[in-house]
Amino acid sequence: MSFDLFQAEELRGSLDHCVKCTICETQCPVSNVTPLFPGPKYVGPQAERYRVAGDPSVEWSVDYCSGCGICTQVCPQGVKIAEINAQARNKIKREHGVPLRDRIITRPTWLGRLGTYTAPLANVSLRLRPFRILGEKVLKVHRDAPAPKFAGRRFSRWARKRTSPKTGRKAVYFHNCGTEYYEPWEGQKVVEILEHNGFEVVVPKQDCCGLPLQSSGLFDDARKVVLRLAKALAPHVRDDDSIIVGNATSCTLMLKREAREILGLEDDPDLKLVSERTYDICELLLELHDRGELRTDFKPVEEHIAYHAPCQQQGHWIGKPALDLFALIPGLQVTEMTARCCGIAGTYGLKAEKYEIAMAVGRGLFDQIEASGATEVACDSETCRWQITHGTKRRSVHPIDYLHRAYGLG
Amino acid sequence: MMRSELHFDAVVVGAGVAGLVAGARLAEGGARVCVLAKGVGSTHLAPGTVDVLGYAPERVDEPGRAVGELIAARPDHPYALIGVEAIGEALSWLAERVVRGPLPGYRYVGGLERNHLLPTAIGAVRPSTLVPETMAGGDLRSGGPVCIVGSPVLRDFHASLCAANLARAGIEARSVAVAIEVERADQNSLGLARRFDDADWRSAFASQLVPLLQGEERVGLPAVLGSKDPHGVWSDLEDRLARRVFEIPTLPPSVPGMRLFEVLRAALREAGGRLVLGSEVLAAERADDGRVVAVRAHASGRDVRYVASSFVLATGGFASGGVELGSDWITRETALGLAVSGAPGPGEERFVAEYVAEQPMARVGVAVDAQLRAEGAENVVVAGAALPGAVPWRELSGEGIAVASGSRAASTVLSRAAAGAAA
Repeated sequence: MSFDLFQAEELRGSLDHCVKCTICETQCPVSNVTPLFPGPKYVGPQAERYRVAGDPSVEWSVDYCSGCGICTQVCPQGVKIAEINAQARNKIKREHGVPLRDRIITRPTWLGRLGTYTAPLANVSLRLRPFRILGEKVLKVHRDAPAPKFAGRRFSRWARKRTSPKTGRKAVYFHNCGTEYYEPWEGQKVVEILEHNGFEVVVPKQDCCGLPLQSSGLFDDARKVVLRLAKALAPHVRDDDSIIVGNATSCTLMLKREAREILGLEDDPDLKLVSERTYDICELLLELHDRGELRTDFKPVEEHIAYHAPCQQQGHWIGKPALDLFALIPGLQVTEMTARCCGIAGTYGLKAEKYEIAMAVGRGLFDQIEASGATEVACDSETCRWQITHGTKRRSVHPIDYLHRAYGLG
Repeated sequence: MMRSELHFDAVVVGAGVAGLVAGARLAEGGARVCVLAKGVGSTHLAPGTVDVLGYAPERVDEPGRAVGELIAARPDHPYALIGVEAIGEALSWLAERVVRGPLPGYRYVGGLERNHLLPTAIGAVRPSTLVPETMAGGDLRSGGPVCIVGSPVLRDFHASLCAANLARAGIEARSVAVAIEVERADQNSLGLARRFDDADWRSAFASQLVPLLQGEERVGLPAVLGSKDPHGVWSDLEDRLARRVFEIPTLPPSVPGMRLFEVLRAALREAGGRLVLGSEVLAAERADDGRVVAVRAHASGRDVRYVASSFVLATGGFASGGVELGSDWITRETALGLAVSGAPGPGEERFVAEYVAEQPMARVGVAVDAQLRAEGAENVVVAGAALPGAVPWRELSGEGIAVASGSRAASTVLSRAAAGAAA
């Protein structure tokens, strides 16, 4: 089946449910700060009626959609607005070509490998003004966009040297590229928390989930990358009822739903299995707690933090399990942020032409964080954390950091 | 091993006014509660006022008294199951939550003694009971001239149409237009509200408007006076214009409705309730005696099973898809598969020709007992537009029913839990 036909059958059908109520428009972080994006309803259900398979694109502003997915989440009629828009963006990229930049920044594995070997040099260069100005001129990566630091070591090296105690309760750990190359300590914390709760943690050899490629409209490459990952993970859960768990909420969402829906991979058996078994770490721990199986030997953590649930975490459609977990930690005072988006949307806010928009989107969240009086910000997505630190000068960590501390594991 | 399953004391399905009120009051009553909804509900579309009873069928001035008469005449009406006293209590609860809510200084005014008489965007006159103070100054009973202010950029609000229709109703009204520069061709009410949040922008707007105003006129503006601090924006404009200012509800999106959503969400969250948006409830699991044991809700990757001892159904009526009519003329409740009542019988008229008339089919809802419990499922309580027997758009009773039945649903669940604990 051709891609256009898939599109027609699986997602386009939902646009007939649109009653033009404007609820998506009220929640879209991008259209509320820039006239360059007229809003999800306009470029989604409305423009889609003029998009004909095989005919040229009729509308280009959809490239300014950041792909946060909030429109789909809030739609009371079940219209797959963000997914329709992602496909329209892919069509534009197929017609007009892909900038070199989008081929580079969407490859965290290449960047990560290179950066790990050259970490001291790479980290200094990424903070050198002339280098960044050059990067903006040549590659169109904005000079002020947040650049994470390469850790100089890889999580998988640490994991390979370690064997989880045999407990018969297996969890397959899907560490994302952020953990592998930039924040390997986050992965160590995930493993230690899972082991503390009786899981035998398996860390298979694995690679990127393809989300950056998908969100930049490079669907063919994204398909190859995500199917390779599914193939690497599936054998570890195929013969028993064990689960896959990840701490990068946007990457677990890619495995659960986005790759299948947006890339049209509903029929791949490996991906289907992986999708059904994948848990976000906080989702898993909350379910364990619900079953009375989460250890609650928490020591007090006397801090006041802000919590921001990233858009992609909200795309799991499971509420905010991190908040339920925080409530178990004595002494921890948490202020829930209600501003919707930090603006970065993976690689969106790195792009020179979109950086200012991303910062304007994030302003509402940054202001709320500053007004909260919190000293740190918990957030489930690494690129959002980097953006939050960039926008507020505050430290931002994954929610599991507080659980790890409360368990006295580090 | 893992089952994708969570347990609660109560699960509320629907996040409109009825669902959020029920959820917040359950959480405040000590229940572990989760509100599940497919998406954002009616709040963002409705005016944000609480209309208890506007027409019965003549225009209602004293809603408390008129509801009493309605209850006597129509024992099948939701109000008859709730009672006037409980409606009044629910309104007081809501007004207090607005005061305690995230919008500093914002408050609702009014009560069952007397309806406000507010202008609509097209200059009709609408009786409304509990209203944002930012709208109360528009009460047309207070007399005196009115100036309706519009701007060509807000294409869904025609000040001249509003003023002309008010004038036809005998009110001294005129309109003026203010030029507002926007970067986009199409500016909706929320976009304008965000501009009004900005003090400098507001000051420039006010100085443009001042010379256009005359005498003792009150000023009616579309309901765009701020998204973050509406009380501050509104009182600042009253100061700058040195006269009474009031908001008039717009076509969707509704800024005052979004404020009400924020108030109710904050009440739910502060009391410890969960809110899950984007998760459609697909089906109910029933026990042999009909009780709902769990609901299956759609989530990314796999469905989640929400197990609870009580459920509140607040999915709305036909308009929001909570109830649907098949081509076989059979009406169904869509989320849990509950029995419905109120449908016209064989040979009875289902629809009448006039579109906004009291359509017989519109009275369909989930069949309930005197405590709003669903027929055949005693642990499910029904709230809001899913209830049978009302015609909210004729009566102007939608939010009144939502707030009162959401409150009643919570108290029914809480007393059931208390009885269970005592036993």
